[in-house]
Amino acid sequence: MEQDVDLPKTEQVPDVSTTPGSPPEPETMERERLEPAQGHSVTVKDLNAYYGEHHAIKGVSIAFPPNQVTALIGPSGCGKSTLVRCINRMHEEIPKARAEGTVLLDDEDIYGSGVDVTAVRRQIGMVFQKANPFPTMSIFDNVASGLKLSGIRGAAMRERANHSLRAVGLWNEVSERLNRPGVGLSGGQQQRLCIARTIAVEPEVILMDEPCSALDPIATLKVEELIDELKSRYTIVIVTHNLQQAARVADSVVFMLDGEVVEHAPTNDIFSNPTDERTERYVTGKFG
Amino acid sequence: MSVAAQTPGAPRPSRLSGGARQRRRKAVNRFVMGLSWFAAIIAIAALLLVIVDVVIKAAPAISWDFLTQLPSSSFLNPSGGGIVNSIVGSAILIGLSSLISIPIAILVAIYTTEFAPPQVSSVIRFALDILNGVPTIVTGIFIYGILVLGHQQSGWAGAIALAIVQLPIVARAAQEVLALVPSSLKEAGLALGLRRWRIVTRVILPTAAGGLITGAVLGIARVAGETAPLLFTTSVFSNLTTNTDPSQALANIPVTIFTLSESATPSDHAKAWAAALVLIVFVLIVSVVARTLNERSRRKLGN
Repeated sequence: MEQDVDLPKTEQVPDVSTTPGSPPEPETMERERLEPAQGHSVTVKDLNAYYGEHHAIKGVSIAFPPNQVTALIGPSGCGKSTLVRCINRMHEEIPKARAEGTVLLDDEDIYGSGVDVTAVRRQIGMVFQKANPFPTMSIFDNVASGLKLSGIRGAAMRERANHSLRAVGLWNEVSERLNRPGVGLSGGQQQRLCIARTIAVEPEVILMDEPCSALDPIATLKVEELIDELKSRYTIVIVTHNLQQAARVADSVVFMLDGEVVEHAPTNDIFSNPTDERTERYVTGKFG
Repeated sequence: MSVAAQTPGAPRPSRLSGGARQRRRKAVNRFVMGLSWFAAIIAIAALLLVIVDVVIKAAPAISWDFLTQLPSSSFLNPSGGGIVNSIVGSAILIGLSSLISIPIAILVAIYTTEFAPPQVSSVIRFALDILNGVPTIVTGIFIYGILVLGHQQSGWAGAIALAIVQLPIVARAAQEVLALVPSSLKEAGLALGLRRWRIVTRVILPTAAGGLITGAVLGIARVAGETAPLLFTTSVFSNLTTNTDPSQALANIPVTIFTLSESATPSDHAKAWAAALVLIVFVLIVSVVARTLNERSRRKLGN
């Protein structure tokens, strides 16, 4: 395999998959350690998704193992984002979009009859490409916005919200101005605020749709470190256009093309020893 | 090459001055600019002329008493008295009309932008545009036919007629503001597992609040001067007391202007102008408030 392109060398890829709970890398921010917890698995079976007539996901089956980061890579329009949006039933919110198939959270089908979509989304949280804090809410209210609905109020709510801010490393930066608008923060802080908002409701799985594509390198680094930390507690699926990022944060990588999964393998194998020729061409920058 | 380098006596056309074609384009450009400038002047002049004319003609009659006294019932003092009953009545009519129309308008707007399937919301949008285009005298006759005929004129009938005029204005404005709320905020709410109605009340309405208030205030400014719906529904009223009971006909400024201007007494004409001034000042204040609120909310949404 050619290695002449600007690619992360295999030895640079932190081989976290073999050492779960590896010692943390040097801290660049004050962050409270998360209590490790048994994550939950997500299993996609024969999933088809459509936008009107357009068949965007074609019979995809993937297993996302618990407490691992799985990265979805592939050229634009290959269906990565659509796939993650099917995992918490956000896809169907788009007019004329629909999904068919099975997505198991542990062993329960989120597309099963009698399933409440809002309950699904509370278990499977989502972080978006562009940070989207609620503009009329303060920093604190943003983090607490999902909690109030679960009936968690008062001291318990404050405790959880503050803990979430500490977990994403925002506490020291914002604790003096919790009542200021969330939109007053920098782009990277806003994105970590959105992650804090997501983990405050204690989901089981976190989906991230290109969470760093609007961030500068330093803010990106902070979010990547956070992702590494979050997997001690959560199962994470991240869509990324940045192959280096996939190499840095993911335990395994899924390469998608035209709505199909081409290859799903441990991160090292995808970048250094892909089995499919198309994967190799993509990760070496030959197309896409 | 510079201009100074040209030899005197043999002037060559400068390369920078352009030819006849450029000059013609320039002239056309100037002409169109002048025309649009002139049109803008006409629009502003029309407003200024109306206001100045009203102020001049209202000056003899306008006074504190005019705002606070009942109309004079004495033939000996035809120029005395005021229109306080009309001011109070108009305030009640506009208040009732707003209480009826604004909540419905905002709920309709929420339904069309957040809940309705696209085909349904385009039908509703179209219906609101039609309703907005219905001549207000038709609205007046309609309410006259169902609420006044066989009963009596009443403030309620007038307020309902005004509400029909106000509803589409406020609803269309609200729809536009709600559509401006970024869909990324709705997605954020959905992804947190919030129910749609929760997202509407906690995220969308607070974000759009400034614009919604602006739309409501614009609706108020619009119906404040509506005369036709009131002529049929609340135009026969007593000038001896200040009535505040909407089950009776309520005095109101537009009908008062109409009646006074039809009067044979010259001093009544001055009063009609003064009443018109009161109305214009009210609409002006309300519009300025609406604009200020609108700018503030746009700044907020722009963040």
